[in-house]
Amino acid sequence: MNIIDILLAIIPVTIFYAAPLILTALGGVFSERAGVVNIGLEGLMVMGAFTAIVTNLMMADTLGGFTPYASLLLAAIISGLFAIIHAVASVSFRADQVVSGVAINFLALGVSLFLVQELYRAGQTGQVSRPIYSNDIPLLSDIPIIGEMFFTHHVTSYIAVILAFVVWFVIFKTPFGLRLRSVGEHPMAADTNGINVYRTRYIGVILSGVLAGLGGGVFALTITGNFSGATISGQGFMALAAMIFGKWHPLGAMGAAFFFGFAQSLSDVAAGIPFLESIPPVFLLIAPYVLTILALAGFIGRAEAPKAIGTPYIKGSR
Amino acid sequence: MLTNQRFINVLIPIISVILGLLAGAIIMLSFGYNPIEGYGALYEGAFGNSYFTGETIVKVAPLILSGIAVAFAFRTGLFNIGVEGQVFVGWLASVWVGISFEAPMIIHLPLAILSAGVAGALWGFVPGFLKAKFGVHEVIVSIMMNYIALHTCNALIRNVLTDRLDSTEPVADSASLSSQLFYEWTGSRLHWGAVVALALAFVMWFILEKTTKGYELRSVGFNQNASNYAGMNVNRNIVYSFLISGSFAGIAGAMQGLGTYGNMFVQSSFTNIGFDGIAVALLGGNTALGSVFGAFLFGTLKNGAGSMPLVANIPKELVDIIVALIIFFVASGYIIRWALTRVKREGK
Repeated sequence: MNIIDILLAIIPVTIFYAAPLILTALGGVFSERAGVVNIGLEGLMVMGAFTAIVTNLMMADTLGGFTPYASLLLAAIISGLFAIIHAVASVSFRADQVVSGVAINFLALGVSLFLVQELYRAGQTGQVSRPIYSNDIPLLSDIPIIGEMFFTHHVTSYIAVILAFVVWFVIFKTPFGLRLRSVGEHPMAADTNGINVYRTRYIGVILSGVLAGLGGGVFALTITGNFSGATISGQGFMALAAMIFGKWHPLGAMGAAFFFGFAQSLSDVAAGIPFLESIPPVFLLIAPYVLTILALAGFIGRAEAPKAIGTPYIKGSR
Repeated sequence: MLTNQRFINVLIPIISVILGLLAGAIIMLSFGYNPIEGYGALYEGAFGNSYFTGETIVKVAPLILSGIAVAFAFRTGLFNIGVEGQVFVGWLASVWVGISFEAPMIIHLPLAILSAGVAGALWGFVPGFLKAKFGVHEVIVSIMMNYIALHTCNALIRNVLTDRLDSTEPVADSASLSSQLFYEWTGSRLHWGAVVALALAFVMWFILEKTTKGYELRSVGFNQNASNYAGMNVNRNIVYSFLISGSFAGIAGAMQGLGTYGNMFVQSSFTNIGFDGIAVALLGGNTALGSVFGAFLFGTLKNGAGSMPLVANIPKELVDIIVALIIFFVASGYIIRWALTRVKREGK
């Protein structure tokens, strides 16, 4: 196997695995930049995956080719609404944000599996008839090698990459982004300047739900094709890791997500590659997590969290 | 005033549980089920006969330990969300010691439990050390350690403890917590683990409330700067707290490995013992006794849920919703407290 073949095997799989992680990690950026820890990304992804699959199963006959997109749209909306629970608990009711996130994970799994039981009297749904398929982009995909590597993917993968740039622009180049960051760094100063801290944090958390829901939906419609309790198993936490590894920066998070996707694809395709065959797969499996810890400890550039993260803002307190 | 405050602190978990169960009843009603039938089935499934009661206690034992693990760290101002991973490595270590050799029970069993504690403590050491040394937030490191534990344990079971099998052989009798006597009484998997768990809950209370170290740990939890000023080594206490918390969690794993299952097997996802421990600790106000009550409640709910689909045709996932809601309500204690004081004021 020469190097081109190896790349041709690895890169598409990397992008395939990375797309849901990118979307969810971007959601994490919104919430945490606003100063609200979001351990609940996993649960929000579960909600997204559940909504996307059930919508797809129910609407495939009426909506036809538009079904997967309608499913994703609804997944984003439902997860956004679901995230309001996290916002109410951790912003308004001053609950511990980590605890509230853990509860979100429990609740999402409970609600979705309960509803799956109600709808289908089974522990999992059937396979969807209209998943998202990969598409060749006309012309670009005809370029030798590069075309096959980069222009034969699911449309959602391109959306994820584009959204990363959009989120970067929103957070660093717009007044809203400045307000969002100020609320996460120093809410009292922001409040003094007339920024509504509570509203901004609500928006941050809801956007994280929207994006994580999208991520969960993309994961379900591109990778699994059905929904069960094991559909989302750790992708939300991996996205959280990607966000931290990317230093709470949208483009950094995207880079980290690609890297994690790469690690995952290595463990998939390692069997055929001479050098990788000798590495036990477990090292590739734990690589993303070990790297995140090293990044946090400052061995790979220091990751600094937003200052006010994790603390509820109480008006009038110093 | 003080007793009043304490009264409210006890009241909040109770109100939260009632609200959670009420919400569960409303959900059952809105999906066309009879809540009385549903909760009746749950009660029968938890305590209906000696088998169910035995299995409920089997569920409670590891929850007590994961609960006190989380609670212990909480009291030092630390969030050990890594109990899940510490349970895994503890489980693996206890089984490893249990299957590797045979020895008189009086040596073998304590050694197996102890090794689980040491393994859990080692796993807890990483986030504790990184927090103390580099100021890294312990929550993220703990979560990462959970996944590292999951994958590492699976790989070890497949490649080291067995030859590409999915479960290890059962632990030697001399390292087993299971009991022929209990089996004859109840027909369930009831084992001595509950006794170990209760003893360790007492140990946790003793360390925190009756020793100098415990005083230091609590003091660090209240105010790191003041503790530092008083001459305590804050960083060292953070590491100690994680070591102790991790060892409780590791022993929760030993409950599974030496008692409930008697072996370890490859798992695709977490056991949830650690995450449930957060709920247990929260409900128990981060005290030893409270955690025992909390574990009892959640163990009952989880085990009783198994009978709901069979008896009342209600999906057992309903209980997961109730547990999640209870966590929300306890965590939002501020709003309940606000409501309580308001009601009281208007009552006067």
